[in-house]
Amino acid sequence: MFYREAGDFKSSYSADQQTFPIRLDRQVVWGILAIAFFVVPFFINDYWEKSVLLPFLVWAMAALGLNILTGYCGQVSLGSGGFMAVGAYACYKLMVAFPWMNMFVVIILSGIITAMVGVIFGLPSLRIKGFYLAVATLASQFFLVWLFNKVPWFYNNSASGMIVAPERTLFGMPLTGAESPSWLTYLFCLTLVVVFAFIAHNLIRGRIGRSWMAIRDMDIAAEIIGVHPLKAKLSAFAISSFYIGMSGAMMFAIYLGTAEPTEAFGISKSFLVLFMIIIGGLGSILGSFLGAAFLTLMPVLLKNVMVNGLGWPADLAAHIELLLIGALIMLFLILEPHGLAQLWRVTKEKLRLWPFPH
Amino acid sequence: MSPALLNVLEVILNGLMAGIMYSLVALGFVLIYKASGIFNYAQGVMALFAALTLVGFQTGQIPFAHVINAAFGTHLDNWGPGLPTLLAIILTMGVMVLFAYLLERFVLRHMVNQAPIILFMTTIGLAYFMEGFGDLMWGADVKTMDVGLPSGGSVWLENLTVGWAAEGSNYRGMYIDVLDLCAAGVSIVLVITLTLFSQYTKTGRALRAVADDHQAALTVGISLRTIWIIVWSIAGFVALVAGIMWGAKSGVQFSLSLIALKALPVLILGGFTSIPGAIVGGLIIGVGEKLFEYFIGGMIGGATENWFAYVLALFFLMFRPQGLFGDRIIERV
Amino acid sequence: MTELNQDGRKIGDTLLEVKNITLSFGGVKALTDISFDIKEGEIRALIGPNGAGKSSMLNVISGFYHPQQGEVWFRGQKRGSMRPYEVARQGVARTFQNIALFKGMSTLDNLMTGRITQMNTNIFWQALWKGPAEREEIAHRERVEHIIDFLGIQAIRKTPVGRLPYGLQKRVELGRALAAESKLLLLDEPMAGMNLEEKEDMCRFILDVNDEFGTTVALIEHDMGVVMDLSDRVVVLDYGRKLADGTPDEVRNDPAVIKAYLGGAHA
Repeated sequence: MFYREAGDFKSSYSADQQTFPIRLDRQVVWGILAIAFFVVPFFINDYWEKSVLLPFLVWAMAALGLNILTGYCGQVSLGSGGFMAVGAYACYKLMVAFPWMNMFVVIILSGIITAMVGVIFGLPSLRIKGFYLAVATLASQFFLVWLFNKVPWFYNNSASGMIVAPERTLFGMPLTGAESPSWLTYLFCLTLVVVFAFIAHNLIRGRIGRSWMAIRDMDIAAEIIGVHPLKAKLSAFAISSFYIGMSGAMMFAIYLGTAEPTEAFGISKSFLVLFMIIIGGLGSILGSFLGAAFLTLMPVLLKNVMVNGLGWPADLAAHIELLLIGALIMLFLILEPHGLAQLWRVTKEKLRLWPFPH
Repeated sequence: MSPALLNVLEVILNGLMAGIMYSLVALGFVLIYKASGIFNYAQGVMALFAALTLVGFQTGQIPFAHVINAAFGTHLDNWGPGLPTLLAIILTMGVMVLFAYLLERFVLRHMVNQAPIILFMTTIGLAYFMEGFGDLMWGADVKTMDVGLPSGGSVWLENLTVGWAAEGSNYRGMYIDVLDLCAAGVSIVLVITLTLFSQYTKTGRALRAVADDHQAALTVGISLRTIWIIVWSIAGFVALVAGIMWGAKSGVQFSLSLIALKALPVLILGGFTSIPGAIVGGLIIGVGEKLFEYFIGGMIGGATENWFAYVLALFFLMFRPQGLFGDRIIERV
Repeated sequence: MTELNQDGRKIGDTLLEVKNITLSFGGVKALTDISFDIKEGEIRALIGPNGAGKSSMLNVISGFYHPQQGEVWFRGQKRGSMRPYEVARQGVARTFQNIALFKGMSTLDNLMTGRITQMNTNIFWQALWKGPAEREEIAHRERVEHIIDFLGIQAIRKTPVGRLPYGLQKRVELGRALAAESKLLLLDEPMAGMNLEEKEDMCRFILDVNDEFGTTVALIEHDMGVVMDLSDRVVVLDYGRKLADGTPDEVRNDPAVIKAYLGGAHA
């Protein structure tokens, strides 16, 4: 009844191709954005910022990136952690070398550097496919983490091997470091995520996105039809790495403030992002957000219930968390391999007809 | 022979031993992949779980003690001195079979026609689940595996090789751990047994039929479900052996599950469907890693074993995408 | 179906020519010394029993298989070693024997992908959407809508093609090939698995495409009625060799063809 397309006619192709053709969708999304930008900053506090919102935004950015590569272009990558590390270390070196540079620019440049690295590590995808490619990406994951551990130039020869984000300001207020106000870091990350989600959407609905999906669905037929496989695959790697690099930079500079390669960017993080897009939905921007939300919020929820609520020791909670995540992943893959986004799509279809049965 | 050459020989031999250990884990993968087309990332965690269970039975731990204590405020610990090793091994095997049965019933049955990547992801989920489960059941502290296997450097070998070096050098003989020799022996026996089993027994034949073509196997009356339970049980047994060997070597702890990742390059080299390939692949990776670290590792900071296997696999894939023993992929339109 | 009037359509010069093509896979010879040509504006049929090498021939023309011997000449130029997407860019479009649609995309997206060789806006405009990228999208969308009208598939524009019934999928695949607006259209068993009505529709589409757009068509087909009525000239293959080459009537009466189809010992 409220949610319908009937009566909503489009009289031009550009109207037909807009992002949210159904009016209610548009209104809801603008509403959510309005709340996110104008309401939340007033209520945010340190706990929400550090435990919930920043991790969600950082991982959403990474999930967007990996979804472009794996969900839309069909190239499975287990190297996300390594690429986040590239972004983080690029960010660190840039921040140290150019103290005057605006943080938005720093993050974007870190992304670009990661994109270039991504293209190089993406070259094997021209020969190797599917599961084998996933294994090949492990090479980039382990090599990159080793590189950042061993080569002193990356961490400016610091004794601990860790990198620490120097203090920087945005519009006169501290953005990195302990003094930064929650609402500022939150808005900074939110802006980046929203802008680049929009850009991702544009890329996906255009020529490049179609070439990615063509390669994913039928790569040989795609090439016979005229899709340039090198351009398609490498652009997917490049753009995906761009997003993942930005995510790593954000994670280092804004969220954590420090980083150590094995801990922050190890193979478990690569799996984490992959889980996010699988649970959220491969090949769906909404799915990237839903998956990121699910896997950042659930541990927080579990910890609150178990440690604060039931008073169980933290290590026990950690084990149960592992158990539950594993069980949930298996459950999802059995029941709805297309993820939360698919569940949402099905709900919307039912809503379109509600209250009629069919 | 010069000490330098003897050292290289020692590195190679150690590499071969390490390679055999990798192969043990890779073997479990090959079995499951052959029969169900699933790449079982959880093989490493299965090894860990099997090892934990074995130690738990041996030392008389009460399963889930930690959880029960936290939930009910009790102070449970051990129920007694534990079971003799052989009995513990048999019981652990029983647990692995039960696990195979439950897995088939609740997970595999529903995943029949899914894409390979989804199947792989499911096994990653399984790995996390089993890890959490194992931790809850037996606790996450590091345990020692003691099944009566000998360990320490082989004195016999040391004495034998001392004389091989040139006169006047300080060569003290080769150091090869007896445990590794044991593991090598066990692995060879295991491979031979498995190969004989799959070639000459009725069940083995059924396994190969299922590996070839699920539908066809069904039409001749082979029960897929039974076969899957059998295969996962065998994989469980292989996991147990791997768990015992690795556990005896470095203690029963979480890092055991990361072996699964190392098995991947082994499988790339050896092919995903070949039992002998898993051995050859493991040996190549084992020797390659050790040699690379020995000759070049020192120059670039060490710890190259973290990534060398994967880069090697990557190079292999570029030139021979199907591995050494795998079936050639011909694409048709 | 009535006899075709060939005088109504202009048949031009040679568009594609294959000379002495030999193709093997390991020890198996798929094609042996095949030569024929396709003239501009005509409908050429490629027929033969299963396994004769017809799809392989089409794959050679598409640039997917590289023959061990022989040459392919397109529009008067010898083709060097080319990747399939370069061949597509030259103006060759095709459908596939086992439908090769992009199952994750909608009908509209599949058709728009057919036009990919003609889309050029660079990535920065695409990221922005408004501006040159959107204009190009809309221009191509208009052309694609023309084809959607032509094929009568308006109702399934937004449906993911994986959900469509077989006959409609075949039609969408034809649409995707048409969307490329190519010089040469290769159709691999476009009528396979269709009932009489669907076949008649497909035939009408092929004839209209040839008529309206002037597209040269090469098709592989098993239905002899369709082949005889639709095509201007026919090539017959058997066991990778060329048996006959000529008009439908000539081929129908050729003794070697009759033997291959109706019996007689095979060497």
